[in-house]
Amino acid sequence: MSGTFLLDGQPVPFEPGQTILEAARAAGRYIPHLCWHPDFPPHGSCKLCIVKVAGRHVSGCAMPAKEGWEVESDTPEMNGERRALLQMLFVEGNHFCPSCEKSGDCQLQALAYDLEMLTPRFDHFFPDRPVDASHPEVLLDFNRCIYCELCVRASRDKDGKSVFALTNRGIHKHLVVNAESGRLADTDFAADDMAANICPVGVILHKRVGFAVAIGERTYDRAPIHEVAMRPEAASDD
Amino acid sequence: MTTEVPQSLIDEVLTAVGSTPDRLLQILVGLQSRLDYLPPALISRLAARLGIARARVEGVAGFYSFLHLAPAGRYRVRFSDNIVDRMLGSEALSEAMCARLGVRPGELSEDGRVMISTTSCTGMGDQGPALLVNDRAIGRLDPQRVSEICDLILHDTPLAAWPPELFAIDDNIRRADALLTSHLAPGSALAAAMALGREGWLAQVQASRLRGRGGAGFTTAVKWLACRDAPGERKVVVCNADEGEPGTFKDRVLLHRHAELVFEGMTLAAWATGAREGFLYLRGEYAWLRPRLEAVLAARRAAGLLGAGILGATGFDFDIAIHLGAGAYVCGEETSLLESLEGKRGTPRIRPPFPVTHGYLGHPTVVNNVETLAKTCLIARDGGAAFAASGTAQSAGTKLLSISGDCARPGVYEYPFGVSIQQVLDDCGAVDVLAVQVGGASGVTIAPYEFHRRIAFEDVPSAGAFMVFDSSRDIFEVARNFVHFFAHESCGFCTPCRVGTALLKGYMDKLADGHGALQDLADIDWLDRLLKNASHCGLGSSAPNPVVDTLLKFRPAYERRIQHADFQPAFDLDGALARAREMTGRDDAGAHLDSGTGVIR
Repeated sequence: MSGTFLLDGQPVPFEPGQTILEAARAAGRYIPHLCWHPDFPPHGSCKLCIVKVAGRHVSGCAMPAKEGWEVESDTPEMNGERRALLQMLFVEGNHFCPSCEKSGDCQLQALAYDLEMLTPRFDHFFPDRPVDASHPEVLLDFNRCIYCELCVRASRDKDGKSVFALTNRGIHKHLVVNAESGRLADTDFAADDMAANICPVGVILHKRVGFAVAIGERTYDRAPIHEVAMRPEAASDD
Repeated sequence: MTTEVPQSLIDEVLTAVGSTPDRLLQILVGLQSRLDYLPPALISRLAARLGIARARVEGVAGFYSFLHLAPAGRYRVRFSDNIVDRMLGSEALSEAMCARLGVRPGELSEDGRVMISTTSCTGMGDQGPALLVNDRAIGRLDPQRVSEICDLILHDTPLAAWPPELFAIDDNIRRADALLTSHLAPGSALAAAMALGREGWLAQVQASRLRGRGGAGFTTAVKWLACRDAPGERKVVVCNADEGEPGTFKDRVLLHRHAELVFEGMTLAAWATGAREGFLYLRGEYAWLRPRLEAVLAARRAAGLLGAGILGATGFDFDIAIHLGAGAYVCGEETSLLESLEGKRGTPRIRPPFPVTHGYLGHPTVVNNVETLAKTCLIARDGGAAFAASGTAQSAGTKLLSISGDCARPGVYEYPFGVSIQQVLDDCGAVDVLAVQVGGASGVTIAPYEFHRRIAFEDVPSAGAFMVFDSSRDIFEVARNFVHFFAHESCGFCTPCRVGTALLKGYMDKLADGHGALQDLADIDWLDRLLKNASHCGLGSSAPNPVVDTLLKFRPAYERRIQHADFQPAFDLDGALARAREMTGRDDAGAHLDSGTGVIR
């Protein structure tokens, strides 16, 4: 059933089956997100797209739009919760932007700037996550993983390889690769796989091109993420 | 190190439990019990054999607490770590066992024989302290029993040769009402429902106003109707026997003593919905119940109560398979349970769609609690109106309560809905009560001024747990135990629950360690709100409940621990020097920052 709902007081039309986030995008309205990607079904794990409908908090990426709903998104309350979710993502991993070669192209960093996250607030976990540099063309730095599973989904559903999967659970959840050795070099991963080019943060990095574009001239250095994300063909990677 | 895994062993397990990817969890459980752990080479071979990615197998194996990817001993001893077990002395007994066997908690013994660790509540709160050794449960632990267990382990006595009385589990039924006094002959409820026809039977379930006993209280007839009317020929009935809520054990008693009622209830659900296949999702902690349950199923098949043409009715075909969990509380959430049933990681699905339209393998599926299904037998026997005659306006029938903690007579009590908490406390012999935790860790903390309140969906809803704490207990430690539980059991799918439960645990530990500051209470409030609002499923949204309630009703228990008016870092500077002190063999005053407080002078 198509119809119209109100997003922060402004009408947004929707088609049958469209989620709040999809309909908002189609209408040129941005709702923050990290794990959502236009080429994949909603995942709903990062919760950055959280919006409020009739007092209930729901994932904008996963909740089908309904006629007459009043949806709150760009409000101090929702952005405050999003900021806290970003802080959680920052403290659970090891995110040191000044030394990260994804700086300026990283969606986590860009969203943190956009939502004015000024401090990490919570205590850092400082997890021990060794990097995997075994592959000749691609480096895996697990320190920055936010568990969006975009690489898992891309490799399985688009590349037909299932190079990545998550194991363990809770705060110990982590990415593994499809090899008994645990090394990326021992999988059939290739640098032109979709999975190699979809990481929104700095986990999956192509070797030898880290600083081809200078810091300060990168995607989110030039425009904030709420603009970049709304460009046609905007994917997770620039 | 590579371990030789005979192909014949894999074949044996695949033959026994099936060889399709949706059987993956059952295959891993079978291999774990035969091999004591799942070596890397086995994971690779199994993946190749099933034709799925190795990483997927590793991902599933890594999700469940009872599956081990590294050696974990021939004897895997897990002490139930619920607060009630702790109150009964589990920690001292665990320490004694570690000392006797010469191992450290959570570490494999040098000879590879034994590992002693803790696990979430094993559903034995009425006869704790309790533990699991491999897939067997032992209750009523005391120093003698622990010593006996140590002897058996040190003599390498196989579990099958351990004295059977060690594994004796009591039902402890203290108060029986409609359900626990029903003496239904197998098949009689089914025959009564079949005589009504499928429509007539559903009308009786509707008239009964039966609501789900698993906690959410959804109206059973609505669920069954929605499943029946959902598009798709193939319907599924699932009995949720993943009784993981800390302090709950009534489903264990029902499955132990009244399995006939549970299976008959599942068959009644099949009659209503047209389902042909049924699953009993049995939590791994209750694996020891499985042989009995299989025997009951076999007897029902032989009696024509399961299988093709049930009770001679052409076209009424239904059978039940038992699916074992492997240590994951989140699988009690119905969509996680379905994922687990499909052999995957127990991660909750996005809802909508709901299981009644898109459940097991995408088919319309009814997921009901053990007690809910057993109750339907009473409706079939007595009619919906008779069932609705007891209880309260919005809560028809009776409720089984699992009572444990500080009381004279712990066990299972069946009451009509509407019983007051004070009445229950009087009946179980609880005196000088400080608080009652109703509904388990995710439930509500009831203070004495509320003891007039009633157990019912319209007042204090409960999945069945009822843990009593007397005035000798520290309610902060109760809440801290529950917070640790949720952090351990979070599946880690969504940001707020994965990180929020871990952060909350950190704050509670900081307070317990004497580093608390007023700011911490504000941060705890903020985390509580985020967990409640932003979590993907009920685990995360209910994880802060014990903290929210105890902060509101027992705030002094927190404030006692506040050492600092404003801010105190969680990072303990003096503690960070402990390793350096150990290495240098120094422990004098000069090797410490301001003694004890960790504050730099």
